[in-house]
Amino acid sequence: MTAEGIRKAILEIIRDILPDEDLGSLAPDKTFREQINLDSMDFLDIVMELRKRYSIEVPEKDYPNLATMNSSVGYLMPKMERL
Amino acid sequence: MVDWARVVITGVGLCAPNGDNLSQFRESLLAGRSGVEWFTTRYMPQVPAGVCHFDQYRYQSKKAARRGTRAGSISIYCANEAIKDAGVDIANARRDRMGVFVGITEHGNVETENEIYNLAQYNNDIRFWTHHHNPRTVANNPAGEVTLNMNITGPHLCLGAACAAGNLGVIYGTQMLRLGEVDLAIAGGVSESIHTFGIFASFKAQGALASHEDPTKASRPFDKDRNGIVVAEGGCLYTLERLDDALQRGAKIYGEVAGYAYNSDATDFVLPNPQRQAECMKLAIGRAKMTPGDIDIVSSHGTGTNQGDQYECMAIQEVFGGHKTAGVNNTKSFIGHAMGAAGALELAGNLPSFDDGLIHPTINIDNLDPECKIDNLVIGSPKRVEKVDVILNNSFGMLGVNSALIVKRFVN
Repeated sequence: MTAEGIRKAILEIIRDILPDEDLGSLAPDKTFREQINLDSMDFLDIVMELRKRYSIEVPEKDYPNLATMNSSVGYLMPKMERL
Repeated sequence: MVDWARVVITGVGLCAPNGDNLSQFRESLLAGRSGVEWFTTRYMPQVPAGVCHFDQYRYQSKKAARRGTRAGSISIYCANEAIKDAGVDIANARRDRMGVFVGITEHGNVETENEIYNLAQYNNDIRFWTHHHNPRTVANNPAGEVTLNMNITGPHLCLGAACAAGNLGVIYGTQMLRLGEVDLAIAGGVSESIHTFGIFASFKAQGALASHEDPTKASRPFDKDRNGIVVAEGGCLYTLERLDDALQRGAKIYGEVAGYAYNSDATDFVLPNPQRQAECMKLAIGRAKMTPGDIDIVSSHGTGTNQGDQYECMAIQEVFGGHKTAGVNNTKSFIGHAMGAAGALELAGNLPSFDDGLIHPTINIDNLDPECKIDNLVIGSPKRVEKVDVILNNSFGMLGVNSALIVKRFVN
């Protein structure tokens, strides 16, 4: 998967978790939480969807890596490039 | 004897298989229109069930619906509809003085079945169990979701009383108002029970699940060919207020809580006890300072089981035989058994009788069972009477919980 593919995959997951939010203008270098209504339970949903859809495990110590789109893509690249 | 404050019903919010509000519900009841349809549930062939079609997103965001439960969605819809119907300006009201009291037969079955099914898709690897499970399955979830949705900071809880829970919600709300612990009670009952296969399967195993080639005819209380229960979802929440408060704000008043009683059979897990049911009705009538002859409508519990219906008729005959009630009717024949919502919904369907002088019928009685012959059973089409002043609403549940709630026309 390319970086663009990973970005799309993350957006799709967030879209399913937050169906009422407009994700069109998400800035890639700002945190998700400051732009959309994403709380800690929603965040755990993201981790669960990565597990369910892509068999990817994100250990708790790595959660800060998923704070922004850019950092998420960077973090997930080695785990998802083979997909 | 304490001089309790008078408590009145000032708003109704409901969803039933045959109506998304009181007006539609009442119209369906007068027109003989069933809300039962074919329903697909896990591991079982199609079953008749009472399915609701209200607009789930009218008051709830998609995100909240995804996070919460169906019972929560039903509760949120009914609570908002009731507050709107009551004309309460919730933005400026004392929300710390509002309470939410929701009767449920069960809660957690749906969510647990779904999670176990989901887990099995991942080889029972526990990492795939949802973090949402606990807040979804705590017994207060339906009432709690209302408080979250409406920013209500007064007390909330769910009451477990099997199929009597809908009456119990109203009873508890009345008590809380009389104790002065709240100024407005959002009270009644809900059911999401069609979304669990376990309830259908258990009734089937007991030989108590209704079947019929036409789902609208499957729920047939008191009919000779009845063969069990049709499970339904639904909800009915009332706004209840002390009379003084209702009058002060010029509220519309549907009726007044005249009396109530609930007791226990102490007999059997499943089979009812007609003596205790009769005692319960008599207790409620006595507390309302009435006699059986004062009751105009007996809204029966009647679920369509062989013995249950028979025993209730014995109890009704014992209490009312020899007195002239205007009519006995049954709502489950239209919508099936709405579990925690049943008591509240069945009362609601009769409230408009105070205004229109009609007693809605019981449908699907093609041949009345001779063991269920009670005086003045209204069958097939509505009965017009001179007037209706008092309704007695029966709801009985497993483990022998009985309830009788009496609502009368409000007279100042």
